Amino acid sequence: MNYIGRRLVRAILLLIGVSALCFLLTEMAPGSFFDEMRLNPQISPQTIAALRSRYGLDQPLIVRYGRWMKSALHADLGYSIAYSTPVTPLLWSRAKNTLLLTTTALLLTWMIAVPLGVWTAARRGGLLDKTVSLASAFFVSVPELVIAVALLAIVVRWRILPVGGMVSADFEVFSAGAKLQDVILHLALPVSILVLCETAVIVRHVRASVLEVLGARYIEVARGFGTSPTRLLFRHVLPVAANPAVSLLGFSLAGLLSGSLMVEMVCGWPGLGPLLLEATLSRDLYLVIGGIIFSALFMVGGNFVADVMLLALDPRIRRDGDGDRTDAS
Amino acid sequence: MRAKTAILVAVLVGLHLVLLSAGFFAPYDPTTQDRELPYAPPTRLHFEDDSGFHLRPFVYAWTSVLDGNYSGSYEEDRSHEYPVHFVVQGPRYKLFGVFETNVHWFGAIEPGRVLLFGTDGYGRDEFSRVLFGGQISVAAGLTATFIALLTGSVLGIIAGYYGRWVDETLMGVTELFLSLPWLYFLLGVRAFLPLHLSTLRTFFLLTGVIGLIGWARPARLVRGLVLSSRNRNYVLAARGFGGSDVYLLRRHILPETFGVLLTQAALLVPKYIAAEVTLSFFGLGVSEPVPSWGNMLSTLQQYSVLISYGWLWAPACAVIVTSVLYSYLADVLHSQLKSHST
Repeated sequence: MNYIGRRLVRAILLLIGVSALCFLLTEMAPGSFFDEMRLNPQISPQTIAALRSRYGLDQPLIVRYGRWMKSALHADLGYSIAYSTPVTPLLWSRAKNTLLLTTTALLLTWMIAVPLGVWTAARRGGLLDKTVSLASAFFVSVPELVIAVALLAIVVRWRILPVGGMVSADFEVFSAGAKLQDVILHLALPVSILVLCETAVIVRHVRASVLEVLGARYIEVARGFGTSPTRLLFRHVLPVAANPAVSLLGFSLAGLLSGSLMVEMVCGWPGLGPLLLEATLSRDLYLVIGGIIFSALFMVGGNFVADVMLLALDPRIRRDGDGDRTDAS
Repeated sequence: MRAKTAILVAVLVGLHLVLLSAGFFAPYDPTTQDRELPYAPPTRLHFEDDSGFHLRPFVYAWTSVLDGNYSGSYEEDRSHEYPVHFVVQGPRYKLFGVFETNVHWFGAIEPGRVLLFGTDGYGRDEFSRVLFGGQISVAAGLTATFIALLTGSVLGIIAGYYGRWVDETLMGVTELFLSLPWLYFLLGVRAFLPLHLSTLRTFFLLTGVIGLIGWARPARLVRGLVLSSRNRNYVLAARGFGGSDVYLLRRHILPETFGVLLTQAALLVPKYIAAEVTLSFFGLGVSEPVPSWGNMLSTLQQYSVLISYGWLWAPACAVIVTSVLYSYLADVLHSQLKSHST
């Protein structure tokens, strides 16, 4: 399990890197949460200095980072200045919703994109291939924000789905079944925006990697032996094409997380997005850092799952410890 | 293929020229408000009136109809016709930020107004704002791309050429940057910068941040190219003849990366325009009254505006057109690069 161990070490290094970067940036940035207070004549400079030392902001960067790391190991990411409450529970209550949104979107995206990509590659040049290529080229190049706002407009205009929030106002009185249905209805719009944007990206990659394998010599040989097209595709092409596609899974997670942040803010989904936007506007330092760490945690977790899946799928990795993992560019 | 590429490039160049000389093509100042005309629909160009057909188009003024509930509907005031003229005098502006002039491409005789894309909530001419906003948004995309490519290629060259631990460290850092969900990070970085800044400082901070986050992918690409060309026979030969590092890089290695960098640029510009639009949309980028495509779209956050005033989607359409053109250019460049290298 050397491979797994190395991936774990890398994941931890990544997390340390992200947090160090965050602290470096806070140090370089002018201004802080207390700037507004300083303008208020009723608050004395002593009070502000006392507050600063209470939140540890008067310490040098290294000391602050060391302290933060120590408490972060106990899953304590600091204290929100604006909410006057520890950051971790606050973030976690929102992160659950973000996770619900992104995992649903991720599953749906791959359920749609993989068959579509394989199909269009196998029937290259067909009508479906041309349509899908054109549509995905369009949706890849159009900014996600524009797609999100356009879908929102359609939904609001014709009142297709409930918009804003995660549940209806009278959620508490619903029966269990109605509750589930209510959440699904609220989930539908943000998920469809994400699926639309991400599917366009993934279909292209899946199609490209299947096409690449289809062009290989040994496929020609297998075809020459009279292997049926179906068997060729499922037995000889797909297992090989799976490697780049699965490494892409990790990368697609980054896109999905960024996308979900934006979609949450547009649709008012109570995930990390709106919280982070608020924290940004009020310069709530530890909340912002915590939000970034949470997203990096999801990211690293997703990449790790992708790595483990690669291990299961690709015999080359099991043999050499590290296959020819190529960057999904 | 050739002809298509030529048309594409011509359209792109044209787009940028129009945006660059926005003051000339926009009939009005982008920040002048008209509180009498909020959310006025686009002006219709007419060619026919009671006296017959006119070759020169003319417009009517909008008058607001207050039908009990203030819904802000407008009706054409047919009592006066205002002919539309080309190359007319209008509000003063500085062309390219240097030459002060008041000549505009088109306009109607005052007090008639040609509002091609209608007006926004403050009665500002949406068409002029799309052009001026495009200046900001596209310039943000281009500047950020430049910063990303410059940083990326310098670090990529260092990593690829000097190798060993420098390479390993730098590639480790690129992995860090590549695995960050960029929007989270952008928002975080924005959180650490002061909220209220002059437009110019916001612009440069914004583009700097966007560009500096994006250096990782170009750095990896450049590193790969440098690594592969460093050990080519002709490079080794030139080194054997006593070529210095700088000479080898400049003469033999850097030209190899040019095509890839160009393709990357075409890919990154729309991505960074989208980044600016997204940030400004949420009020974290370029702020009012200076228009950018992002902060113009942010008015759509109100549901009533979102579904009622179709013409306020004009900046969205502009973003879509620009992005699609650039992506197409990236496709063309990519396929040419491929056919070149095989």
